[in-house]
Amino acid sequence: MAIVYRRPKALNELEMHYCPGCNHGIVHRLVAEAIDELDIEGRTIGIAPVGCAVKAYDYFACDMVEAAHGRAPAIATGLKRTMPDSVVFTYQGDGDLAAIGMCETVHAAARGENITVIFINNAIYGMTGGQMAPTTLPNQITQTSPYGRDTKTTGFPIRVCEMLSTLEGVALAQRVAVDSVKNVRIAKKAIKRAFENQINGRGYSIIEILSACPTNWGLSPREALVWLRENMLKYYPLGIYKDKYPEGGESK
Amino acid sequence: MSEKVLMKGNEALAEAAIIAGCRFFFGYPITPQTEVAAYMSKMLPKVGGTFLQAESEISAINMIYGASSAGFRCMTSSSSPGISLKSEGISYLAGSDLPAVICNVQRGSPGLGGIQPSQADYWQATRSAGHGDFHIMVFAPSTVQEMVDLIIRAFDRSDKYRVPAMMFADGMLGQMMEPVVLPEGKDIKTYDKPWATNGHKNKRPHNVTNSLYLDPYLLEKTIRERFARYDIIKEKEQLAEDYMTEDADIVVVAYGASSRVCRSAIVAARAEGIKAGMVRPMTLWPFPERAVRKAAETAKAFLSVEMSMGQMVDDVKLAIDCRRPVYFYGRTGGVVPTPGEVLEQIKAINGGLK
Repeated sequence: MAIVYRRPKALNELEMHYCPGCNHGIVHRLVAEAIDELDIEGRTIGIAPVGCAVKAYDYFACDMVEAAHGRAPAIATGLKRTMPDSVVFTYQGDGDLAAIGMCETVHAAARGENITVIFINNAIYGMTGGQMAPTTLPNQITQTSPYGRDTKTTGFPIRVCEMLSTLEGVALAQRVAVDSVKNVRIAKKAIKRAFENQINGRGYSIIEILSACPTNWGLSPREALVWLRENMLKYYPLGIYKDKYPEGGESK
Repeated sequence: MSEKVLMKGNEALAEAAIIAGCRFFFGYPITPQTEVAAYMSKMLPKVGGTFLQAESEISAINMIYGASSAGFRCMTSSSSPGISLKSEGISYLAGSDLPAVICNVQRGSPGLGGIQPSQADYWQATRSAGHGDFHIMVFAPSTVQEMVDLIIRAFDRSDKYRVPAMMFADGMLGQMMEPVVLPEGKDIKTYDKPWATNGHKNKRPHNVTNSLYLDPYLLEKTIRERFARYDIIKEKEQLAEDYMTEDADIVVVAYGASSRVCRSAIVAARAEGIKAGMVRPMTLWPFPERAVRKAAETAKAFLSVEMSMGQMVDDVKLAIDCRRPVYFYGRTGGVVPTPGEVLEQIKAINGGLK
C-alpha cells in the first residue's frame, strides 16, 4: 500500500498545542517538508520565538534555540556566522518580528544575513490574549484597541515585505497565505525557495504568511479564513516583493 | 618565556581573548572601550575569526547567545550604559547555561553619566546583571597584565561551569599602557560541548538551547541545580591578593583602579608607622570572603575604597558578619580618589583606634 501522507521527519511526534483553526500547524508542516525535501535537518538550527509558536523548539526535530522576544535575527546571526555551512531559520510572529524585534529584523536584512525567516502575520498578539499588533488592521478590535484601531492615535499597520524589499541584502521577500489548497501550494514553494536561497548563499529571505487567529479574532475557524480573505488580503496583497534570483517568470 | 611588550589595557584584553580561543566578537561602539572592538576588527579576520558590529548592544549580546549556543568561544564588550542594554541577554545566557565573556569597561553613571573611569556598576555585576535568580562570574583586573591573565581565566571558567563571565574593568585600566607578557596559549584548555545546538547531523536527538520552563517545579529544580554549581564556584574560584595584611590593624579592601591608589596610600601609611594593608579582590563574584575573613583575625578595622558611593562595602560587612568596623571612602561620577585622600582616611581611622 502506498503511503500518500505522513508526518514529515523534521517534525517530532508530539501533539501540538495550537488552537483549532490556527495556521501555525500548517506552516510548521510546510517548513518541515522543505527541510525533509532538501535533506538538511542534520545541519539546520531553528530559532523559536516568544509567542504562540514558542514551543516550536519541541516540535521541530532539528536543533532549536529559544530566543528572547524579537531577538531571533540576532541569534540567527550568531549561529550563522559561527557555522556558515549550517542552515538557520527563524520562526517569528508579528509582535516578535515587527514590534519588539524590528531593529534586529531590519539590520539582519540590511546585512544580507544568509538566513531564512518564516514570518507569521495574524494581525494580533496571540499568546498574551489578543492585543493590538504592529500589523493590526485599521478599525480592528483587539484587547488593547477595544474601540477599533484608531490610526490617528496608533498609526498604521506595517507592511513588512514591502518595507524590507527596499534593502539590498534581501534576496527574497514574499507574502503568502495558507487559506486554500492553492495558496498552501504557493506557500510551500516559497518556503522551500527561502531555504534554497540560503543553501546557495544568496542572503536574507523572508516569507510572510498571513495567518488566521480564530481564538483572538473571536471567530470560528471557517469565519476566520473568510475574515482573512476579506480584510487582510486587501491591506497585505499576496505576492513576491523582491526576488533577486527569480526562477523563470516568477518574479514581480 | 614570551617577551614583554607595551600595550594599552583594552588592546591587551582583546589580544588575550584571541589567545584564549575567542574567534567571534560582536559589539557596539561606546567610550571608553572602543579599542577592544577596533582591535578585534583588525585581528580576528587574520586568525579566521569574525568581527561584527551589531546594530545595538541588545543585538550584540544576542549574537553572542547564538554563537555560544553553537559552542564557540565568543565575547562582547561595552561600557556601563551598554551593559544595561545587554542585561536582558545576560539573563537569557544564564538561564540557558551558556558560557560567554562580557567586558564592562566602566564609566561614570547613572544614565549617560560620563566617560571617566568608575566602579559604580558593582551591584549590577554582582547582584543584578539581569532579571531573575542567577549569578555571573566577575573578574576584576588591576593591571594590564591582569587584563590578560584574568580574561584567559574568564573564558576557561565560563566554559567549565557554563556560567557567563564578566571582565570588570574601568576606563583607567582600559586606556593605560603597561608592559605585559602575553602567554603563548599552549595550555589553553577546551571543553566538550555536547549540549551545543550546532546541527545534530542525524547522529543524536535534537538539542534545544532554552531558558523557558513553564512548569514551576521544573524551573525551580533547574535553578537549584544551577545554584549548586554556584556553590562550587564560591568554594573554588575566589581570588584575592593580600598586601601587607599579616600584621595590619587597618585593612583596606579595594579592587581595580582604586586598588592602585590604595597601594600607594598604604605604603605612605606604613612610612608613618601605621600598620595598614589591603585585601584586593580579583573576583567580585564570587567575593573573596575567605581572604577578608582571614584578614579580620588581626585587623581592627576595614576600609572599603571604591569609585562609587559605596557598593562593595556591603560585601565586606557580610564577609565578616560586621565583627569589625567597616568604613567607606569613595569618589564617584568618574572621579578617581588620590592616594592622599585615602591616606587621610587611614589616618583618621587609626586615630580613632588609639
